[in-house]
Amino acid sequence: MNTITNTKVPKGPLAEKWSNYKASAKLVSPNNRKKFEVIVVGTGLAGASAAASLAEMGYNVKSFCFQDSARRAHSVAAQGGVNAAKNYKNDGDNIYRMFYDTIKGGDFRSREANTYRLAECSVNLIDQAVAQGVPFGREYGGYLRNRSFGGVQVSRTFYARGQTGQQLLLGSYQALLRQQNKGKVKLYSRHEMLDLVLIDGKARGIIARNLDTGEIERHAAHTVVLATGGFGKIYYLSTLAMGCNASAIWRAHKKGAYMANPSWTQIHPTCLPQSGEYQSKLTLMSESLRNDGRIWVPRAKNDTRAPGEIPEEERDYYLERKYPSFGNLAPRDIASRAAKEQIDLGKGIGPLKNAVYLDFSKALNEYGKDVIAERYGNLFTMYQKITGTDAYREPMKISPAAHFSMGGLWVDYELMTSIPGLFAIGEANFSDHGANRLGANSLLQACVDGYFVLPYTLQNYLANETEVPKPETDHPAFTEAEKNIHKQMQNFLNCKGKRTAEDFHKILGRELYDKCGLLRTKKGLEEAIQNIRRIRNEFKEDLMVPGNANEVNSELEKAGRVADYMELAELMCIDALQREESCGAHFRAEHQTEEGEAKRDDEKFCYSAAWEWTGNISAPNLKKEPLVFSTVTPTIRSYK
Amino acid sequence: MKIILKVWRQKNQQDKGRFCEYILENVNRDMSFLEMLDMLNNQLVKEGNPAVEFDHDCREGICGQCGIMINGIAHGPLKNTTTCQLHMREFKDGDTIYVEPFKANAFPVVRDLKVDRSSLDNIIASGGYVSVDTGQAPEANSIPITHQEAEDAFDAAACIGCGACVASCKNSSAALFTGAKITHLARLPQGEKESATRTLTMVDKMEEEGFGHCSNTEACQVECPENISVLNIARMNYEYNRAKLLFKK
Amino acid sequence: MIWFIKNSVTRKNLMALTGLFLSFFLIVHLAGNLQLLLPEAQARLQYNSYSQFLGGNPIVLIISFVLYACIILHTIDAIYLGIKRKKANGVSYSKDMRGRASTWYSRHMMALGIIVFVFLIIHFKDYWYIYKFGSLPLDENGNKDLYTLVIVSFEQLWYVIIYIIAIVALGYHLLHGVFSAHRTIGLYHPVYNSIIKVLGVIFALVISIGYIIIPIFIYINHQV
Repeated sequence: MNTITNTKVPKGPLAEKWSNYKASAKLVSPNNRKKFEVIVVGTGLAGASAAASLAEMGYNVKSFCFQDSARRAHSVAAQGGVNAAKNYKNDGDNIYRMFYDTIKGGDFRSREANTYRLAECSVNLIDQAVAQGVPFGREYGGYLRNRSFGGVQVSRTFYARGQTGQQLLLGSYQALLRQQNKGKVKLYSRHEMLDLVLIDGKARGIIARNLDTGEIERHAAHTVVLATGGFGKIYYLSTLAMGCNASAIWRAHKKGAYMANPSWTQIHPTCLPQSGEYQSKLTLMSESLRNDGRIWVPRAKNDTRAPGEIPEEERDYYLERKYPSFGNLAPRDIASRAAKEQIDLGKGIGPLKNAVYLDFSKALNEYGKDVIAERYGNLFTMYQKITGTDAYREPMKISPAAHFSMGGLWVDYELMTSIPGLFAIGEANFSDHGANRLGANSLLQACVDGYFVLPYTLQNYLANETEVPKPETDHPAFTEAEKNIHKQMQNFLNCKGKRTAEDFHKILGRELYDKCGLLRTKKGLEEAIQNIRRIRNEFKEDLMVPGNANEVNSELEKAGRVADYMELAELMCIDALQREESCGAHFRAEHQTEEGEAKRDDEKFCYSAAWEWTGNISAPNLKKEPLVFSTVTPTIRSYK
Repeated sequence: MKIILKVWRQKNQQDKGRFCEYILENVNRDMSFLEMLDMLNNQLVKEGNPAVEFDHDCREGICGQCGIMINGIAHGPLKNTTTCQLHMREFKDGDTIYVEPFKANAFPVVRDLKVDRSSLDNIIASGGYVSVDTGQAPEANSIPITHQEAEDAFDAAACIGCGACVASCKNSSAALFTGAKITHLARLPQGEKESATRTLTMVDKMEEEGFGHCSNTEACQVECPENISVLNIARMNYEYNRAKLLFKK
Repeated sequence: MIWFIKNSVTRKNLMALTGLFLSFFLIVHLAGNLQLLLPEAQARLQYNSYSQFLGGNPIVLIISFVLYACIILHTIDAIYLGIKRKKANGVSYSKDMRGRASTWYSRHMMALGIIVFVFLIIHFKDYWYIYKFGSLPLDENGNKDLYTLVIVSFEQLWYVIIYIIAIVALGYHLLHGVFSAHRTIGLYHPVYNSIIKVLGVIFALVISIGYIIIPIFIYINHQV
């Protein structure tokens, strides 16, 4: 009953599953495609690529984003690169190895077939992006260049300086606008999805708010795709954009979509440390910096000397010491935890003693400033702008920050959630990365889902819907959903308390970061759950939202998002609490080896935890999807 | 430090708009400019007043959503810097700071400091792409592109679409924005094929959206967060003239 | 017809091409006028016969019509773009410090252009009109004595000052205009652009110094 068996993973050997699926998936004829309406929420890499690809096939697409332009979705901020098993370096890379690296990086907590498909489609993505005009880094002869990223021993990362996400996103954004120009896509920017509408148990539309006018709009379609990204912003201080939120997926969850492994959040090791209470975000410095930067802390505790005054023998290059074969390129969860360990030991540096050094002096000596500037110039400039320090002269100060949600809406092999007709792609779903995502795999997953997977699987679903007329927006389900939205907004506006949504968000974020962040304990999580309930009650009574609902009102937008975070936060803690093991980013203090490494329990926890909404926030229903490994054998994940 | 803010408040497009003065005490030097506005809003909201609406999202200088005139300069006093990357250490204790939205006919004010920049999207939609459908792409390495070509294309492609070029231009011209996209794609073999049609439609669209002409004062490059070169405008003109003279419809 | 070209890139091309032609004319005109610096007796005959030659040559006549057309087109285009600019700008900034990012003369081409244009009217009225339609005494060779007309006018200080102001305005107009015109017609290569920028500065300097020397020279030489 509480085991999920229908994952729709096709039969056959791992390497042939996706080809088998494509060979047998149902099709919709070009004539019929134009009868279908598809809603895609989100215009990041996943959303834009899906919307563009579907429109190219002939479907009518409505594309939504809350930003003022589709080009601003947060994929734009990804810096380092995108992985693909092209083996241009002749260094032994292939699809299987990439798959293995990804599944091992995820600590054997992802669905084998999905992860394999990700590696398999990676090859096409580079072709697609190059054809769109993405200016990837090139060798002098004109061929594509690669670099190395954390957690792997080959060079398979393609990059466009430190702005790979931006360039890939512009590629799909332009593809999207091309379809808009052709009339196949209708774009709704500055629109926020506030509810999912189900008719006869199937996803048939959404309720969205026009953020410019405050108007609540109904949009009907044959199918709804959520590409709304991750929810790391729940920690308040994170590398995410200010507007990133969980509202779309959370409201879908409350309509019946399972939420899988919500507590698995990647804490990125190379971010700029917090410098004060006022801080609104922690800027990420690309992981690619670890190719040439060396991470260290002073050997002595509370060492207040300037970095240049600390002699070589008094520095502890702890990653190189602990993980000699991967060194500074150890995967993110491990690097973050190691940094936290040093900071907790009192070796942290900077005014708040909350950071470690990332030092380029060796690389600068070896290659010279010009080479380093070409590789990371924009990152060094950004560092200087934010901190006022020149990283060519002294080491950067970095610290871990919440970054990526491995968890998300549960989806099957077809990327369909537990609600028929509702798909989730990109970071919004949970599928490919297990308990930890490798660097440069997120851009990949978003693109692969949107360009190469969804167009097949969505069509397979729609093939059975050819007789269904487009739902009308005056259906009672829409009326009901709209009424609820109005009611919720009125509640926010009528509360007239003393604290802003942001105040609550900060408190909630602190609580989560402390107790459901890098290090989790049973006691801490139980406390957190109590505290979150308390904060949630205070939020209901003491919130202040000025203005009205029928105008631009950013405070009202924030209130809605924070309200959802308040509920999701509890589910995260519940999820972290039930998983009595350590795996990837999920590190339970009770479950570690003597050396302090994560200790997995494959006997009991080799499953994905999919949570079903029961109407009671505190008592969700756990459904387990057992993870079956037919090709790989889970081993202890070692990077030593 | 203490900061005196004169913030442009405008309820909607029809409203005339006016400056409102706010005084902020205890502003931290290490705050970003937007965090300072957050501080102001926190203060305003707690008093039950509507927050100052301003555009922002990633706050790391790449999404291009933020953009305000600060003391009469797009994105504030630092050159080649977005509003979100501007920090209060650039100001002095007791400074008066004027904060206004970007103003141009093609950028109507939505509210307070928020403007509608969809006209820039419309320019891209009119032709700023390579016409390739998903699935049509050939093997990536089959089209060699030299290191220099790729770097040049990147320099133009780095545009974040914030609109500071338009706001900084005495003619409210979007030539830098449009020129950058035209150059990015014309520079690469994949995009070169369609350059003529692309340039003609994009330039016409730019006109239709109500942007002004370029008179090469070069102010746009100075204020551009990505330091996009004004030579991209010359490239646009070249592509345009070439298309007009040589292209057979 | 000109009002039908809505496209500003095309319009700017027109601006650039007419501007470049006018710049070219400035060289020819300066070369001719430098004859005024010769010793008086020689200058008078040479200058007057040069003027006579220009007035009678059919090719020069055609070129002069092109010249008039360029002046008119350049002016109308400027008015058109000025109106367009106003439209595109909409509401102006209450505090505007945008000027820090560009040179003042590049922003005020219109104002500089107006000064030059007003000067042109005076210039045409005082020389061109009188030469063409007025009655001038003849010199020894039977040519109209334009030389004396010029010399007499530059013996007056106020006239020299107006002339200098106009030429300085022209110099700044050229300083921005020449390189800007090359950009407008599509010169995008960075190396050639730097060359043009330097040549533009030299050109503006040579032209303005050249034109300014003449009235000063005449004024000083004819002080009693």
